[in-house]
Amino acid sequence: MERLFKYSVLYFVVFFTNTIYSQTIEVCENCTMSSLKDAISYAKDFDTILVKKGTYKEHNIKVDKPLTIIGENYPIIDGELKGEIITIVSDDVTVDGLFLINVGTSYTEDYAAIRVRRSKNFTIQNLVLEKLFFGIYIEKSRDGKVFHNKIIGDAVEEYNSGNGIQLWYSKNIQIEHNFVQHVRDGIYLEFSNDCLIKNNVSANNLRYGLHFMFSNDDIYQDNTFENNGAGVAVMFSKRIKMLNNVFKENWGTASYGMLLKEINDAEILGNTFEENTIGINVEGSNRITYKNNNFISNGWAIKVRGACYNNSFIENNFLYNSFDISYNSKINDNVFDRNYWSNYTGYDLDKDGIGDVPYRPVKLFSYIVNRTPETIILLRSLFIDIIDFSEKVSPVFTPDNLLDTNPLIKKIEW
Amino acid sequence: MLKILKYSFYDLMRSRWSYVYFAFYLLLGVVLLFLNNDLSKAVITLMNVIIVLVPLIGTIFGVMYYYNSKEFTELLLAQPLKRSSIFLGQYLGVALSLSMSLILGLGLPFVFYGLFESSAIWDFSLLLITGTFLTFIFTALAFNIALSNENKIKGFGYAILLWLFLAIIYDGIFLMTLIMFEDYPLDKLSLVGTMLNPIDLSRTLILLKLDISALLGYTGAVFKQFFGTNIGLIVSLIMLSVWVVIPVLRIMFKSKKKDF
Amino acid sequence: MVSIQNLHKKFNKNVVLSGVDLNISDGGIFAVLGPNGSGKTTLIKSILGMVIPNEGEITVLGENIKKNSDYRRQIDYLPQIANFPSNLKVKELIRMIKDLRGNTDEDQYLIELFKLEPFLDKKLGNLSGGTKQKVNIVLTFMFNSPLIILDEPTTGLDPISLIRLKELIQKEKAKGKTILITSHIMSFVEEMSDEIVFLLEGKIYFKGTISALKTKTNQPDFEHAIASILIDNHA
Repeated sequence: MERLFKYSVLYFVVFFTNTIYSQTIEVCENCTMSSLKDAISYAKDFDTILVKKGTYKEHNIKVDKPLTIIGENYPIIDGELKGEIITIVSDDVTVDGLFLINVGTSYTEDYAAIRVRRSKNFTIQNLVLEKLFFGIYIEKSRDGKVFHNKIIGDAVEEYNSGNGIQLWYSKNIQIEHNFVQHVRDGIYLEFSNDCLIKNNVSANNLRYGLHFMFSNDDIYQDNTFENNGAGVAVMFSKRIKMLNNVFKENWGTASYGMLLKEINDAEILGNTFEENTIGINVEGSNRITYKNNNFISNGWAIKVRGACYNNSFIENNFLYNSFDISYNSKINDNVFDRNYWSNYTGYDLDKDGIGDVPYRPVKLFSYIVNRTPETIILLRSLFIDIIDFSEKVSPVFTPDNLLDTNPLIKKIEW
Repeated sequence: MLKILKYSFYDLMRSRWSYVYFAFYLLLGVVLLFLNNDLSKAVITLMNVIIVLVPLIGTIFGVMYYYNSKEFTELLLAQPLKRSSIFLGQYLGVALSLSMSLILGLGLPFVFYGLFESSAIWDFSLLLITGTFLTFIFTALAFNIALSNENKIKGFGYAILLWLFLAIIYDGIFLMTLIMFEDYPLDKLSLVGTMLNPIDLSRTLILLKLDISALLGYTGAVFKQFFGTNIGLIVSLIMLSVWVVIPVLRIMFKSKKKDF
Repeated sequence: MVSIQNLHKKFNKNVVLSGVDLNISDGGIFAVLGPNGSGKTTLIKSILGMVIPNEGEITVLGENIKKNSDYRRQIDYLPQIANFPSNLKVKELIRMIKDLRGNTDEDQYLIELFKLEPFLDKKLGNLSGGTKQKVNIVLTFMFNSPLIILDEPTTGLDPISLIRLKELIQKEKAKGKTILITSHIMSFVEEMSDEIVFLLEGKIYFKGTISALKTKTNQPDFEHAIASILIDNHA
């Protein structure tokens, strides 16, 4: 009797809302809709599916119509390691508040916890992803939002792990306030333009915190990249803006806060590079502006590996780095001006805030260490200070036009 | 021995050189902190000073004290005292008073600056520990030189040479060796080379704190183990202790055989 | 009191003592004489354990002194050059030596004897040579040890202090102590000593009373007797 009553009420509600508004379909263990798949096939365009708290063992859920799927108190969708969990192939889909777990691992297919394929205007937010292969995979899509997701992987080896958030041939996607850790690349962009990556935290990932390949006109700002295999890699891309990010504690042999490879016309402003083995590793990159960045306690603040022309380093703080700048050639076509170097020992007699003697950021010792890495053990030895000094007086091994003619006396505050 | 230590210490605490030394460090601390207002930079500058100056002052002071108190030592030798306790007492007296000048001279300005609320306190403590070790090592080395050389001028000469060698020349030879054999794996050699020179050893200890990011950029497995774990710190501290113990043992041995 | 057998000592290649045998009996004043470099100081320092012999055996009051420091409690030694830590005050030095060797009240009397009261609060570095020597004497005589060794005790003393010193030595002798003196002042030696030990080229050339020496050398006075030994041996 009670059961009959419940059903009739539900039927009434469903009937009622369906006739006037787009309807809301509830999914719960004891509802008529006990699986997300059923609800999706039952739903009409622009319906809302409300998933109640519970565990739903489902995979290969295909969202093929514009729907809003909302989880209440983080219902668990368990893929049971069998494959992809949710695939979105329709425009105007919103997925919100689900807990996706146990994505299948495959060497032939990139299974993702949630994939968006050839869609527009999607929103993916407030998801929690665990035990995943790929996390959020966006391919050939545009105008989407990926907000407030938490992706916690358990990657151990690069070859059998996937990326947290991956964009492929996509355009105008906003990725904000996500937290990604323990995957291969935290966030990965390939052939994706006009994207905004903002306020994310990407930490403890096997390879890169953030990785760009062949992607142009993107902005990433206010992100934190901490303790990743190697910070951020920006490769073969143009006109990228990198603003106010924090790169911290990327330690290791080939590790750096940021890798720039074949990058042109980028702007690197207001970032903080702290305690990385290498702050920025630059290769074949031209016309880049470095301004108002803090380089603090890095092994090498900036390592220039050749073929870099027309870059300008202006008004940055270089604080207590073991080496400020390292060059591997004698040619310099880059400009250093009005930076603050904590290693500067000159004076300012006319009190204009600018040191009266130019500063040479490239030390002879950094040249020696490039050649014979073991000599690093002699860092800060008095003998090394003496040979550095003599090189400073008459440069033989280091580019002699590489100097900051206006080194600042006080740290720049902004 | 404790009585000798006490009197040597009192004697030195009253010597104007102790005050000069103390005042120098006090001034250095104040200048670095209050004119510069940058704690991290102050610690780095201090490190350079400590690595170079503490050994120099330790050797010179040790040699000077030994020669100056020669007659007094003879007076003590005629007393019913063991030789080893006379020399150990004097050695400890010098080493302790120098360490105290260093610790107080640098410590006071830093405490007033508000070191205890700062994260630099560990770097700073390590700096002082290293400085104290260096004082003990180089005073002991100085006593060894003085015990083996009756001639004051010669003794001073050797003391300065020793300092020059360990502070500068050694690293020069070390660097040349590394560059000459750069085709071979060198990480063990470079670590051993460091262990054999107390100044390099203390430098390594400080590098572990200040330049760990750079050190971890090197590929060698031995290096990685040494610098990436606590092994580096532990081994360095043990080696520094060995560097104190061996010269002190030689002081005891040499003093037993010596004629006055 | 002191017995020395076959004592050899060389500094590098320079032989200073070569086979010294010496017995010093209890009581009396013994002067150790010899030309410069004859090994007087080395002999004394060997007894004190400050010089370590290459060969030979020394016993003081029946104790072998090798690897021993406690026997020095029985010896009061006045070193030749009195140079003390210059930052200490006289008072503190006296207190310190007492601290090292045990307490005594004798110092009060000695300080009065040598009129050292005005200097007690002065630093040792600021004292004149003579005053330092007086302090040196106080430090030596304030302990009541059976053996006293004085290395050039008269250096820098004014006539009054010299008289006081002589009286002091005689008084100690009267107590039955053994006193070993080296000095260049022949009159002092002649006046004070009961027996002399003459060292020449690392060996004992003569040991006996002054009158025995005069007889041996056929000289009427002590100074000439000494001189004749030196002339005979260098001729």
